[in-house]
Amino acid sequence: MNVTDSLADLQGLLTAPGIGATACAGVAGVEPCLALPAAHWGLLAELAADAGLRHAGVWADALDADRLRVQALFAAPDGYLLAQTEVTSAHPELASHTPCFPGVDRLERHAQDLLGVRFVGHPRGTVRWTRHQAWPETVHPLRPGFPLAGKAPGRTPADADYPIVRLQGNGVFEVPVGPVHAGVIAPGHFRFQVMGEDVLRLEERLGYVHKGIEKHAVGRDAAGLVRLAARVAADSSVAHAWAAAQALERACGTEVPARALHLRALLAERERVANHLGDIGGICNDVGFSFGQSQCTLLRERWQRDNATYFGHRLLMDTLVPGGVAQDLAATAPERLIHAHAELRRVLRGLFDILDDHPPLNDRLLTTGILKHDTARLLGCTGYVGKGSGLAHDLRHHAPYAPYDRLQLAAPVVEQEGDVAARMRVRMREVHASLELLDQLLATLPEGAIATSLMPRPEGCGLGLVEGWRGELVALVRLDAEARVARYFPRDPSWFNWPALEHLILGNIVPDFPVCNKSVNGSYSGVDL
Amino acid sequence: MFRILNQVARTGMLTESVERPDDARLERLGIELRRQVDARFGHSLMIREVDAGSCGGCEIEIHALANAYYDLERFGIRFCASPRHADALLVTGPVSRHMEQALRRTWRAMPAPKFVIAAGDCACDGGEFGESYACCGAVDRVIPVDVRIPGCPPTPLCLIEGLLAALARAAD
Repeated sequence: MNVTDSLADLQGLLTAPGIGATACAGVAGVEPCLALPAAHWGLLAELAADAGLRHAGVWADALDADRLRVQALFAAPDGYLLAQTEVTSAHPELASHTPCFPGVDRLERHAQDLLGVRFVGHPRGTVRWTRHQAWPETVHPLRPGFPLAGKAPGRTPADADYPIVRLQGNGVFEVPVGPVHAGVIAPGHFRFQVMGEDVLRLEERLGYVHKGIEKHAVGRDAAGLVRLAARVAADSSVAHAWAAAQALERACGTEVPARALHLRALLAERERVANHLGDIGGICNDVGFSFGQSQCTLLRERWQRDNATYFGHRLLMDTLVPGGVAQDLAATAPERLIHAHAELRRVLRGLFDILDDHPPLNDRLLTTGILKHDTARLLGCTGYVGKGSGLAHDLRHHAPYAPYDRLQLAAPVVEQEGDVAARMRVRMREVHASLELLDQLLATLPEGAIATSLMPRPEGCGLGLVEGWRGELVALVRLDAEARVARYFPRDPSWFNWPALEHLILGNIVPDFPVCNKSVNGSYSGVDL
Repeated sequence: MFRILNQVARTGMLTESVERPDDARLERLGIELRRQVDARFGHSLMIREVDAGSCGGCEIEIHALANAYYDLERFGIRFCASPRHADALLVTGPVSRHMEQALRRTWRAMPAPKFVIAAGDCACDGGEFGESYACCGAVDRVIPVDVRIPGCPPTPLCLIEGLLAALARAAD
């Protein structure tokens, strides 16, 4: 059975009289979209799991004071299916998808904490995730009527009694780390259960940088939303802004000019190169190979200086606007950029040659932090985490959005070993692939406008899907009757990649945690929202 | 090993290159900074960084201070792992309420005299996020702030300038 069949088969099963799902056209940008009765929400997950689909996320949306809509996105390698259902705010109960798809554990608990949806049968029960102590369990910030300012919480205490699962027995001890880490890193708590040097269990506790982004989005106009999206996670600024803009444009039926799409892809590939270079250096640094780190950081610095010169911002923030991009490329820029790409390629040939074949580095990276193919698949990992474990999914290839549908793309980079070295090799190969793409984008840059005006469509709803440098990135945008944002949910790939770290660290030694963590490099801000 | 030495030799000494106007400015700032550090902090300034709800942009630029172009450590300024070793606390983010207590504890753990630098628009005045159910809205709502470095995010040069201001301030 090929995969398109699996999507069609699932659709057939769901629309059969026994389940009674009906096609709905409410969300632009994803086809098919099915509405099904709340009673069959659990069956949906079982059927999707049987069909071999990947769960690409679940989120809730308060339509008004009484109704909550819950949506789940499923992915086949070449297509998507969006399923939605409604529950009442008074009895917001649905079957959990986590037993079939462990990767959605935290997404369900996020919906529980922010909107009060109770997922029955969730393995962790009703244990909080995003919520610490800033608001009580009984209220839900994304329900209508909850003020953005909150309810005068005063000093917020630390979340001291979060139930971490513990191992017990002779010789087992616990290592707590964070939220304030030793380096210049975002905050999060890691609890290791250790025997000798070997990690027996790791539990992540995130949510420390929860800024209320989804609440902040409510009531914004299109430009305000894209500006906010650029700050969901700064390292994925372009990817998040693009996904949000794409969702908005689909919701409003706006056609973005071809030149703007090329420039967006240019920005997205530049973001990919910058972050991959940073991560490759970071991986080297975490095993004490400072040569690799210093080489990569200087290349990244040059790259960011070029970002500022040609695109106006070192991290490319606010380069995207609804309907296009903010700034055109100077006439002389393509030639200079192509020259800079050639120069980077020349330096990287020498550098990657060393990183690929340096015995002390191999000694630390090969067979370290192995993420098995089956685990990656079960969790729904994408990006370099999935690709390092043999999962080829890449939106640019498998569900290409403009302008990637018009470009000559090489096959996605895939490695099979699943270790830190494999995730680093994926990054190295993707840097080269992105440089090829950048040259191609510049060579085929269409003439014309760089933006069109977005005509906001009241009650519009759209889904944006973009391949960020970390992997598949989804954004849902729903507009209200005044065409202002009623719901924005950016689903960073880190929701699925963070849990992979809890698996791949098992059996490794504590001192290898930093390099394992760096090889996954989940976004804190992107999931804490 | 030969390949590494070859690569290092070909890379050369980037820190000294002064043909870029940016680098010239950096050099001028750096010399000033070095003098301040020497005079007031016994040749070394230790900074503890805390991300209190940042989107990560400020951290990227703080990391950039360590690259060969800026090489902050040549001025005796280092980031340290423990607040117990720190002279200054560098805080980013609008102080998410979930980090409020951790930030306060980190500050309390530092020995006096100590000073606090708020880096980035969020840390200075709440920035894009402001005060809400989830954020305190600025670092000075939680701990006293001595110096503010605005920017979204502040560039590495802005950060160096801000550190200079912090040192002048700490001497008052």
